[in-house]
Amino acid sequence: MARLDLSQKLAILSDAARYDASCASSGTTRRDSRDGKGLGSTEGSGICHAYAPDGRCISLLKILMTNFCIYDCAYCINRVSSNVQRARFSPDEVVQLTIEFYRRNYIEGLFLSSGIIQSPDKTMEDMLRIAKRLREVENFRGYIHLKTIPDAAPELIEQAGLYADRLSINVELPTDTSVKAYAPEKNPATIRKAMGDVKSRKDVASESSYTGKRGKRFVPAGQSTQMIVGADGSTDATILGQSTRLYGDYKLKRVYYSAFSPIPDATAKLPLIKPPLVREHRLYQADWLLRFYGFGVDEITAARPDGNLDLELDPKLAWALQNRAQFPVDVNKASKEALLRVPGFGTRTVGRILSTRRHRRLRYDDLLRMGASLKKAQAFITARDWSPGGLTDSANLRARFAPPPKQLSLF
Amino acid sequence: MYTVPLPRIGTDIAWRDAAKRLIGAGVSPDEVLWDFDGEMGELFAAATPLPPLTRRIKAPQSFVDMANWVVWHKDPQRFARLYAMLWRLRHQPGLMQDRADPDLAKLRQMEKGVHRCKHKMKAFVRFRDLRQGGDRRSFAAWFEPTHHTVEPTAPFFARRFADMDWMIATPDVTAQFVDGNLSFHPGQPKPDLPEDAAEALWGTYFCNIFNPARLKVSAMTSEMPKKYWKNLPEAQHIQGLIAGAEAKVQQMRDNAPTLPPERAAKIKRQLRGDPSEGG
Repeated sequence: MARLDLSQKLAILSDAARYDASCASSGTTRRDSRDGKGLGSTEGSGICHAYAPDGRCISLLKILMTNFCIYDCAYCINRVSSNVQRARFSPDEVVQLTIEFYRRNYIEGLFLSSGIIQSPDKTMEDMLRIAKRLREVENFRGYIHLKTIPDAAPELIEQAGLYADRLSINVELPTDTSVKAYAPEKNPATIRKAMGDVKSRKDVASESSYTGKRGKRFVPAGQSTQMIVGADGSTDATILGQSTRLYGDYKLKRVYYSAFSPIPDATAKLPLIKPPLVREHRLYQADWLLRFYGFGVDEITAARPDGNLDLELDPKLAWALQNRAQFPVDVNKASKEALLRVPGFGTRTVGRILSTRRHRRLRYDDLLRMGASLKKAQAFITARDWSPGGLTDSANLRARFAPPPKQLSLF
Repeated sequence: MYTVPLPRIGTDIAWRDAAKRLIGAGVSPDEVLWDFDGEMGELFAAATPLPPLTRRIKAPQSFVDMANWVVWHKDPQRFARLYAMLWRLRHQPGLMQDRADPDLAKLRQMEKGVHRCKHKMKAFVRFRDLRQGGDRRSFAAWFEPTHHTVEPTAPFFARRFADMDWMIATPDVTAQFVDGNLSFHPGQPKPDLPEDAAEALWGTYFCNIFNPARLKVSAMTSEMPKKYWKNLPEAQHIQGLIAGAEAKVQQMRDNAPTLPPERAAKIKRQLRGDPSEGG
């Protein structure tokens, strides 16, 4: 095999990394390099330095250390049984790419992942070497996200948390049965244990000791995970139930949903489909409702008997159409909780309504100026000069929002 | 009638100082003309001296914060709008909480425009290595902001790239950071910057991190509008990626499943700990 140059390796190892949805660089500690002794800063909100034509944000240099892998996960481009071209970066190459891209303001930092080579511990050690060099030799103060190898020794994962802003371990599929079927070498219990270890280590770090000293900074941007959607037969109710447990048990910052997407050299075990992008979008919307709008999984998934979300409507609108008895709500009197459930009102709009109605009684146009989507909201609210009349209970209300059947095949 | 000259560099401090004096002296908004960087021309060049700062009028912190953004907007009316709001605030101190007030809504919208421009500048400035040798490395970029955002955004670059020298040249204002000191200079035409080999690697990354099976062009252009493309080295690849996406995905579908490579079976046996298989 001819030796690959840096550009060829970069092509192979970023191609291999693009199925990971996360590119977040937000929520970590504030750091800068004003002392002139290092490079980089993080200031709370992340920055998307570019967007690819798939609409995804490019914030981090997202690469695999190597795409050689001894595992055989059916959905993965890098599985051992695939004939995809293989490559491996040296630690120096990863460090130089990160630093040189960062200096030109292309990226916020590095998201390093890897196929499993030789053993989980060996792989994790090599990744740690890269993170350590970035932090200790290059004095890099930008963002580092490390994909943790779940079977690696807990000490190694603990070390990773000292260098990285975020750690992630992918649960991959929504149920243990699916993981066994499609990722035979992975063990869901081990994955959960690793997430639990990260959580408890982070809890310890955030507690002050009896001397009042804070523990060492440990994954300040928390941990996240990813689930592939549409590769197995799991319903949205199953997926969202799993997310709720993950958010609760492991205090995850984010659960990412990744529509199963065609890969080169696919296996016959998992035929290629069109990636279910609308479904993925609805799951993210539902995820938001669970975390920021006070909805429960059962409420969101009750609209349809098959346990899946309505693809034609956003989940809040679908819920409101099923629960019209709770509407219309009066924007001048309703509680915050009730306002958050109005389709077309986001958390910001609700905040503005609550602050403004101390000064005046709100009219329809006032709501427009506050950023409400009244096309959706108007059937569900009353304002000083607005009443929906029979609209709230009208039989064809759904038809006003659902697209005509033909347009649904967009993607 | 007061005509207040405001400089292009240091606009925020000059506006704030003038507004304090005028509001303290009870000068109403229709008695003030704001002249940004001499744009009004000779006719109004003779500025009336501003009233001395005698009486201090308290303005809500939320107004001060908002004004610090809005002064950088490109709308020629920005200073007058801000001053008119400050004037109304004297008798309506709760006005800043009224999200439905049309004047405030307009100012908030302008503030959002400046925020967005600042955010895009942080994202889309692309430095090139000047390869000048010396202790500190030097980089330079050309950028075309929508509003006057160089000055409020430059400190971000100073915090981030403190161990190198850099320059961000724009048609509006040029920011320079040399040996840890940040300075501002008049805008300039696009300089000739040396080629930088890292741009080709960045292009390789951009092309390969793109998933052709998820083409969503409008999601890209809403966040990375075309007006920025000419100064983004990676943008030259966009058309080709879009054009080739469908064929790439079709090829993945059409390819018949292949046989696993020989090493696969061996690795799998080792993983299972099968003793019949030696190293």
